[in-house]
Amino acid sequence: MLSLADVHTYYGKSHILHGVSLEVGPGEVVGLLGRNGVGKSTTLKSVMGLARPARGRVSFDGRDITGLAPHQLARLGLAWVPEDRRIFRLLSVLENLRTGLDRAGMDDARREGLLDKVYRAFPVLRERRHQAGGTLSGGEQQMLAIARAMMLEPRIVLLDEPTEGLMPRMVSQIRDIIGLLNREGVAILLVEQNVPLTLEVSRRVYIMEKGVVRHQALAADLRADQAVIHQYLGV
Amino acid sequence: MAIPLDQILIQTVNGLVNGMILALVASGLTLIFGIMDVVNFAHGDLVMLGGFVGATTMAATGNFWLAMLVAALTIALIGAVLQITTLRPLLGRDPLTTILATFGMSLVLQKYALWQWGPSARQLQEPITGRFDLFYLQYPWYRVATAILAGAIIGGLWLFLKRGTYGIWIRATTQDRIMASAMGIPVPWVHTAVFAIGAAMAAASGVLFGPLGGVTQTMGADFTLRAFIVVVVGGMGNLGGSILASIFISLLEAYASLFVSPAQAVIVSFVALILTLLFRPTGLFVPTPK
Repeated sequence: MLSLADVHTYYGKSHILHGVSLEVGPGEVVGLLGRNGVGKSTTLKSVMGLARPARGRVSFDGRDITGLAPHQLARLGLAWVPEDRRIFRLLSVLENLRTGLDRAGMDDARREGLLDKVYRAFPVLRERRHQAGGTLSGGEQQMLAIARAMMLEPRIVLLDEPTEGLMPRMVSQIRDIIGLLNREGVAILLVEQNVPLTLEVSRRVYIMEKGVVRHQALAADLRADQAVIHQYLGV
Repeated sequence: MAIPLDQILIQTVNGLVNGMILALVASGLTLIFGIMDVVNFAHGDLVMLGGFVGATTMAATGNFWLAMLVAALTIALIGAVLQITTLRPLLGRDPLTTILATFGMSLVLQKYALWQWGPSARQLQEPITGRFDLFYLQYPWYRVATAILAGAIIGGLWLFLKRGTYGIWIRATTQDRIMASAMGIPVPWVHTAVFAIGAAMAAASGVLFGPLGGVTQTMGADFTLRAFIVVVVGGMGNLGGSILASIFISLLEAYASLFVSPAQAVIVSFVALILTLLFRPTGLFVPTPK
């Protein structure tokens, strides 16, 4: 469904991605592992139109989407949950959700249904719906960031380090929501430092090193092969 | 020396009236700066163009309110075209580039006005001619009406930003352009719409100001400068701060002209600007950043 072929991306003059190729199938959860600074976040940004690949091709459902604007990609069914969450701090929780909810073709019943779904998954967001996004705790902001992406009714979510800095209780809530999304048939490309969690929720895993994909495997095989994990990730 | 109380009260009314017109200009300027980091040096020229379009419409129809509406819509459209052709391609570039671009826009608009309407001033007829007694003065009702109308337009803008989808889009884009875009908000068009709204508010100010000071091809620079001062004093990009600063600066100037000539009184706004930049560069009317 989503595929990257030989994607090269630069920030200014520094060459970050040196030809990344990977694929995510419909409804598949795919993990993207690697040490800090190997280009995992840049890979997601290159998909979402936030960093323009200088070479290579990103396609979605067989259609070339390289160089499309982020708002066009959001309408096609791609959603991005950034590493630093990027909550609209001065907007209320509900207004944050409405940035994705208020779009052409929505009727009241569908809006209510979507809001109800995320409020059931994250009850704290319903309690705080009139509170400014900037007043939420880190974990609550992470939930809001995921809930906000769900408002787009995406077909694939690009999820960047959702458990970074969270308490264990919150981590297990993130695990649950990944499961919920996946049961609904939403594909997920998951960037994570948390290796056990990634191997648990993903079907397949790519490991990146210095701007390229070095290794790919089924998550089940990697769970049994700690040597590979040690070699690339040092854990 | 003692200043009689009646003069102080008259200057308070004058300051509030001038402050509200300035607030109408400055709120457009600050909205544009807040959302696209562009300091629009052509903003005063949009005031001027609005004044001329209003004067022309008024001459043709005799209806002041219709003239104001036509001016606002025409200048909104011109603003949208200017934004798409000149500023959209420069988004995210060095601020110097956009400063030069809007400065260029300002020159083009001024020369266009000179070519189209000539060098002489146009005076618009007041739509409300009544006067009331304010101590020893016959104070025109129209001046009070401008303040109320300017306040109503600003209030309308505030409601528009606070309620409804487009308000959410504008506030979200102002806070985080990239995230707004990733949420499917058509950021380039939000920028264009905000520029058009700011231009329409500038044009409305130009028509409102027409009966008070006349419309000339060179009036824009003065409006740009004054609006720029209050936007800095109020805290760049802060709407509420700009409005308060407009009233504050205008009152200061009004009181200063009790002692010196109005032309010299302008100096106090520069003093306020310099003191703000020295001691509180984030702006006077914004909460202290944490």
